[in-house]
Amino acid sequence: MDWVDYLIRSVVAVVVFAAILGTCTLLVWFERRGAAWMQVRVGPNKAGPFGLLQTVADAVKLLTKEVFVPDSADPLVYRIAPLLSLLPAFLALTIVPFGPGFHIGDRYVPMQIADLNIGILWLLCMSSIAVYGYILAGWSSGSKYPLLGAVRQSAQVISYELVMSLAIIPVVIWAGTLSTSGIVEAQSRYHWYVVPLIVPAIAFFVSGIAETNRPPFDLVEAESELVAGAITEYGGVRFMMFFLAEYTNIITISAITTTLFLGGWNGPILFGTIAGWSVVPLWGLFWFLLKTGVLLFVFIWVRVSLPRLRYDQLMTFGWKIMIGVNVAVVLAVSFVIALMEQGALPMFWAPPGR
Amino acid sequence: MPIDAYYRSYLQVAAVGLLGLGLFGAMIGLAKVLQPRRLSDLKSSIYECGVEPLGDEWSQSQVRYYVFALLFVVFDVEAIFVFPWAVIMGTLSWAALVEMVIFILILAVALLYAVRKGVLRWI
Repeated sequence: MDWVDYLIRSVVAVVVFAAILGTCTLLVWFERRGAAWMQVRVGPNKAGPFGLLQTVADAVKLLTKEVFVPDSADPLVYRIAPLLSLLPAFLALTIVPFGPGFHIGDRYVPMQIADLNIGILWLLCMSSIAVYGYILAGWSSGSKYPLLGAVRQSAQVISYELVMSLAIIPVVIWAGTLSTSGIVEAQSRYHWYVVPLIVPAIAFFVSGIAETNRPPFDLVEAESELVAGAITEYGGVRFMMFFLAEYTNIITISAITTTLFLGGWNGPILFGTIAGWSVVPLWGLFWFLLKTGVLLFVFIWVRVSLPRLRYDQLMTFGWKIMIGVNVAVVLAVSFVIALMEQGALPMFWAPPGR
Repeated sequence: MPIDAYYRSYLQVAAVGLLGLGLFGAMIGLAKVLQPRRLSDLKSSIYECGVEPLGDEWSQSQVRYYVFALLFVVFDVEAIFVFPWAVIMGTLSWAALVEMVIFILILAVALLYAVRKGVLRWI
């Protein structure tokens, strides 16, 4: 490990960071343009080709707005809250493996910012911390709608976080590791966990939609009830930060669902060389981006298609159905794995290489 | 994983944290340069559907949200215990599995109790 290795890893981090920001911009554009397309409207089409520069125009507009703190707000907490929701959003993405690492000469280039051995726990930690950004934003605004929105949001997000952690446990049992790269390797080629673990896969994605407060679970900013929820009193650049954090979280959920259940960068074609160079990393990146892109599309698709739930329906669904079913799945999967380890059942679906 | 590689992976996480902080500072700084400054009393009052704000700014909210936070703590602590168990579950004996089943069932009974008490009912 010398300075070249540090340089390589820094470049990976900067490239991924820039890619996240770029994807956010595209996603906001697609959310508006794609939703318009699904609802047979035109959508933004003036700024740039196909309205592609609309997001840039919006960002410029928000940057040139006046930045001020409302009279009744707690000034310090009000200023820090956007950071508390933005930073965990970026940190959660550091554990996602975008492709197989490769060698240039004798240098190793990882296609992942940090391969933490507690990868999945790190994701859960970061999504827990992200709750603080919103609840402090709502509380510090010193206004009624934000406070109500913040309380609703924290109750919703912690409820669905339980579902999320319960949905991850079967994957951890099956793969025998918490590291995200280990989980991807355990799903080599086509042994995607979505096949044996279809119920946790759906539960994870649904709770991901609830965690990011996207429709049909956007009770916290139900426009007709709570204006904009916790961020009602925010404007200009601070509002943009919450927006950026929300879209980064959408990308994170899609990328993590791909990693845990859809085989990460594994795909049917994962070989070949061009002029002596292995193109496996490119294939890996291609499959990863394809699967993540499809899930991002589903996010928008669900938003356009489904009406918003009522709050009691949301809580009943989360606590009675999702938690109940997922606890049952955890017990069932642990029995099946134990039986396979004892040899009572044939080894099935690329079980852990223990 | 050797210990220096372990710390190095967190160094990379910290690098992303610094990039995020940098972005935050850059955005705030840029906005400070670009923004107009025309403050007024009306502008810095809080939003309440366009009418004069009524009563205290920090209003009360219902206690039932708090109950969910209590229930959450129970199950989140469960997750803390289940994750380490899940990683090495395959190598453990049947006794470990049975113990975990008993542990989860006790918590499931707690949830059932809360449901029967009507905690999850909203009206």
